[in-house]
Amino acid sequence: MNGKDKNRLAVVHVKLKDGVLDPQGFTIKSALENMGYQGIKQIRSGKIFEITFQQDEKRKPEELIDEICRKLLTNPVIEKYNFEISK
Amino acid sequence: MKFGVIIFPGSNCDYDAYMAIKTVMKQDVEFLWHQDTSLHNCDCVILPGGFSYGDYLRTGAIARFSSIMKEVMDFAKDGGLVVGICNGFQILLEAGLLPGAMLKNTSLRFICKFVYIKVENEDSPFTNFSKKGQVLKIPIAHSDGNYFIPEEGVRKLRENDQIIFRYCDQVGNVNPEANPNGSLENIAGICNQTKNVLGMMPHPERASEAILGSDDGTYIFQSIVNFFDKNR
Repeated sequence: MNGKDKNRLAVVHVKLKDGVLDPQGFTIKSALENMGYQGIKQIRSGKIFEITFQQDEKRKPEELIDEICRKLLTNPVIEKYNFEISK
Repeated sequence: MKFGVIIFPGSNCDYDAYMAIKTVMKQDVEFLWHQDTSLHNCDCVILPGGFSYGDYLRTGAIARFSSIMKEVMDFAKDGGLVVGICNGFQILLEAGLLPGAMLKNTSLRFICKFVYIKVENEDSPFTNFSKKGQVLKIPIAHSDGNYFIPEEGVRKLRENDQIIFRYCDQVGNVNPEANPNGSLENIAGICNQTKNVLGMMPHPERASEAILGSDDGTYIFQSIVNFFDKNR
């Protein structure tokens, strides 16, 4: 297989920054407490994106995915992200 | 003076805004399409409420990349008047024309009701026809109106008098009980540093005639018209 046709998979995790109120996480935590689960300290909700993409020989995949995260997938005012790219 | 109302896929207050400008304010107005690459010489551009692109990803996050938004950004940088209402406000935040971001309402509910907002700054193109401290009755209709900005950002907003409206009670008390969605410091509307871009969650176009329950929204539109007449 030549490098040009190689598909890669990036998994991006987006979370609210620490300190930013997460009404969904808070409500899910309350629901769990109402269901009888004890000892739940905190729930922070987030999003996962799986991006299948064709590797461009001219560009590092890490740079590409990072740019996509910054430009569209996250709002830097309230969110942070990390990602893994599988081999 | 000519207003332009942008239609994004999923806008749903576009006709309300158009009618308020045309039939109530008696001003020239035309629709602008999200794929347009010109603002057709409009003097004030309105980004209306709705659910552009289904609110997918984040509210306003995708509409912000429409072709017309490049024109709106250039227009705003040159001092052009831009008003974002509800989803329009969310789009302006995502575009970086206004600082901050929207979170889900603390109640996690879609809230659709009349609220009261206090004019915090009368020295803007959007409030010069009202008085500082005046209470306006204008409805909100949103799920993501919980305004957030980091501490340093809110300090800048205060220092530059960029906070235009705050949620309040009927007599103008700004308190947690009068805050419908959890917004930081009861913020309901802000403008940019140069005060030519306004974003607000309440819908002035839905409060443009007494038969709708309030005509307080006309204070905002009349302010814009007055500002334009004075500065043309």
